[in-house]
Amino acid sequence: MNIIRYHNQGQSDLAQTFDRFAALRDEMDRLFDGSFGPVFRTPGSFSRWAPALDVYQDKDQFTVVAELPGLKKEDIELSLQNGVLTISGERKQEKKSEEGYRNERIFGRFQRSVTLPTSVAGDKVKATYQDGILKVVLPKAEEAKPKQIEVSID
Amino acid sequence: MNILSQEHQKPAHQSTDHTAYVAPYVDIESMDSGYVLCAEMPGVNRDGIEITVEDGNLVLIGQRQPLSVSGEPLHRETRQFSYRRVYELDPSIDANKISARIEQGILSVNLPKAENLKPRRITLE
Repeated sequence: MNIIRYHNQGQSDLAQTFDRFAALRDEMDRLFDGSFGPVFRTPGSFSRWAPALDVYQDKDQFTVVAELPGLKKEDIELSLQNGVLTISGERKQEKKSEEGYRNERIFGRFQRSVTLPTSVAGDKVKATYQDGILKVVLPKAEEAKPKQIEVSID
Repeated sequence: MNILSQEHQKPAHQSTDHTAYVAPYVDIESMDSGYVLCAEMPGVNRDGIEITVEDGNLVLIGQRQPLSVSGEPLHRETRQFSYRRVYELDPSIDANKISARIEQGILSVNLPKAENLKPRRITLE
């Protein structure tokens, strides 16, 4: 009686090749995003423009900073729900002349969300918009209350 | 269509004053009367703007204000470099009439053509 050892070969060569291509494509995407500075993709987002975002914290508050050049205050919407701050809006393009137009800037809708690690006092959130930089200061709260809060910008 | 006929492709770290710069995104609109250039420079205000014309080149520099936030960074995506971009000017631009303003991080530069060099219709006698 021959006892044949069963070798688990893991993935077939074909499957491994596909995985390598997928990994290469992901790496290219990362490289590509990195080299273009503030143009980030947000998974699941429908917009082409995902503004660059920083999040800072000290013992009393979080500060979220977003680069949003060329907007008016009225074009920016902020909302806070279940500890997630969402910054969204639309940058409109002015009507151009019929002549040549070289175009690098991105227009249209944008949206970024930040999940804050601890709860914040929604009614004490303050935001400023200056030199194209939006700064949102969120004081930390002792307890979390699940509710939707609309935040207005000063 | 080339009025800003050539752009200098110097990498960010090779500017002559050894400061690290990045090139801002720029839109250029061209018309018979001249050009309007809009550069994205978030974090830059009036005091940080330096615009010079030398040897037929337009040099745009925007020095960024350092971010004043309290606390430690949890997540960073912004790059705190200042901005620089150089264009070779079409000779039809009247350098004395170049004007600029900055609003919410967008630098707009108006580059009018010299009057006698604008396109014109010649009518038959």
